[in-house]
Amino acid sequence: MSEPPRSAPFRLALVGPPNCGKTALFNALTGSRQKVGNYAGVTVERKVGNFTTPGGNTIALTDLPGTYSLRARSPDEIVTRDVVLNHHPEEPAPELMLVVVDSVAPRAGLRLAMELVATGLPMIVVLNMIDIARHRKIEIDTATLSEELGVPVTTSTAVRKGGLEALLTQLDSTLAQGIPEPGPNMWAPPDAADLRLSHRAADRLIDHAVSHPPEHDTLTHRIDRLLLHPVMGLGFLLVLLFVMFQAVFAGAAPFMDMIDGGFGAAAEFITGHIPEGLVQSFLTDAVIGGVGGVLIFLPQIVILFFFILLLEDLGYMARAAFLMDRIMGGAGLHGRAFIPLLSSFACAIPGIMATRVIDNPRDRITTILVAPLMTCSARIPVYTLIVSAFIPAKQVAGIINLQGLVMFGLYAAGIVSALAVSAVAKFLFARREASPPFMLDLPDYKIPRPRSVGFALWVRASSFLKRAGTTIFAMTVLIWVLATFPQAPEGATEPAILYSFAAKIGQFIEPVLSPIGFNWQISVALIPAMAAREIAVAGLATVYSVAGGAEGGEAALATLLASQWSLATALAFLVWFIFAPQCLSTLAVIRRETGSGKWVWVSLAYMFGLAWVAAFITYHLAVWIGWG
Amino acid sequence: MMLSPDLPHATQAPLAEHQPLGTLHRGFSGHVFHILATEHSACLPADEMERRLIELGFVEGAKVTILHEGLFGRDPIAVRVNGTTVALRRREAMAILVS
Repeated sequence: MSEPPRSAPFRLALVGPPNCGKTALFNALTGSRQKVGNYAGVTVERKVGNFTTPGGNTIALTDLPGTYSLRARSPDEIVTRDVVLNHHPEEPAPELMLVVVDSVAPRAGLRLAMELVATGLPMIVVLNMIDIARHRKIEIDTATLSEELGVPVTTSTAVRKGGLEALLTQLDSTLAQGIPEPGPNMWAPPDAADLRLSHRAADRLIDHAVSHPPEHDTLTHRIDRLLLHPVMGLGFLLVLLFVMFQAVFAGAAPFMDMIDGGFGAAAEFITGHIPEGLVQSFLTDAVIGGVGGVLIFLPQIVILFFFILLLEDLGYMARAAFLMDRIMGGAGLHGRAFIPLLSSFACAIPGIMATRVIDNPRDRITTILVAPLMTCSARIPVYTLIVSAFIPAKQVAGIINLQGLVMFGLYAAGIVSALAVSAVAKFLFARREASPPFMLDLPDYKIPRPRSVGFALWVRASSFLKRAGTTIFAMTVLIWVLATFPQAPEGATEPAILYSFAAKIGQFIEPVLSPIGFNWQISVALIPAMAAREIAVAGLATVYSVAGGAEGGEAALATLLASQWSLATALAFLVWFIFAPQCLSTLAVIRRETGSGKWVWVSLAYMFGLAWVAAFITYHLAVWIGWG
Repeated sequence: MMLSPDLPHATQAPLAEHQPLGTLHRGFSGHVFHILATEHSACLPADEMERRLIELGFVEGAKVTILHEGLFGRDPIAVRVNGTTVALRRREAMAILVS
């Protein structure tokens, strides 16, 4: 072939079942030259990366979402099906598919490969993780496979140096010969009989080309005997969760102190070098107080995501879903909802995004609606402030710290209410319907690769930083403007904020909130906290004219609140924050993930409703006890 | 396929000696005899349920072993089938007749 080398890159796509090492292969091929985005209209991750083969061919490689078959069910799988069948509105079918097959358990991948052959698209089958297969004495005859499938078959080991050589050589030789013209698409949705035939055909293919040693006791089996044990497995999960939260709260503390100290020093520097006035107030109250107050959660979020990504890569998350299915099922939730709800302890946003693994739409919506009730890290500063101000740090029953007990109670209240809401939703809307099936692949355990965990962690952390720099910054500026203007007249005796727009808004909504024991200062602080819950602390600090961010700021605020609020008000305030949907980003994600504004309004209505009713009951109960 | 509200076939002679996987316990090992999904197995149509089970590898003749059970009601179960391990609820496993 003496055609001139073409300038446009070859468009290739990776296709394969979940857990076949497709993403590791993608990372190994493209390195850091990848772009992560979304397909329009759906929140399915779209990953594209470029690389050049040793033969000098440039490749634009798309990593399509994992799927077992073209009979797509979840949004992820629909994207893969549409692209492969060339039905996707923006992503044309690839010129050549790399069909990734897990060499250790090749059945699912080979069956998919056989299905994909029917689409007529040119392809190369890649037997990935071939080193592990060889280690386990699984022998795969690539020549026979290639002959029976009618396409080239090669091997790879994404995680080893030099593990891509065979794949790249095959790729260069296929490209040098010219990619064959796509054949006619013979694929049609299969019925049960077709599926039986195709599985039998896959069995025959495996009989011919793969020789398994008799199945022996693998490490995964031995680990699972403990981790999936009915009693010990659940016990291990509980211990794991405990360790995780310990790490999040205790482990993050020194880093948070460092960040806090940094912002404190910056605030001091500004107060020392910039004359008192609007500029100083803007820098210390809006920039440092607002954005700094949010950035301080970065260590907690990074640690929590570290655990979640690690458990996902290890293959443990599917086990957690298995162990929790019955417990979640009691509340009308799907076992798979466990992972999204667990992520929601860090932040409801990744939690809601993680609901994509639930393929039943009703289950998915229910999980999305209750995810914001899990105690996210943004509630921590609010809880910490109020608990330290109002709950004495004394010991109960000799060993339990009362403050810790109240914190635990707040977390428990979040979990219990999430389960209760989903149980009520099921009772109201789906009483007669049988629950959707729970069918889940339990993959072999794998050692996570530090680089892929690190990369995923970086993506999460940077998106959090971006949010702090944009949405949250904009909101804090807005609040600062509302709390600063109009300024107090000359010779005013009252605090300046009393003359501001914020005070007027607070006084306007106060009648709604006074039955639950909230004064106008709280009402004012709640408005900016619509952007993010933690801003309520900064809001209260501003309203009560306490220098936020500076040293001793929070302690001073706690002392002040203790002198100004009754215990009943404080408790009602805590209860309000268990339920209130005070996070615009979460509402935005609900809109994006459900594709309609309807569920945003449902969330707003039910969560504000619950918050108000629960705070009302708490307040009046507390007053009746005599804590008013 | 004929959709029936209950399991009339289960009483017929040839099927009577085969048990639904959903009634068996940890340690059971056998082969899939037939997939018989009914409208009662889940909120999915029987035909869709059948297809999903086949996609997981529950094809007639496949070797199955129950590896693990949950704590409450011994549900769900983890089943080794065709070299992979899958988790499913007993209710769904009722559609898999094994011998």
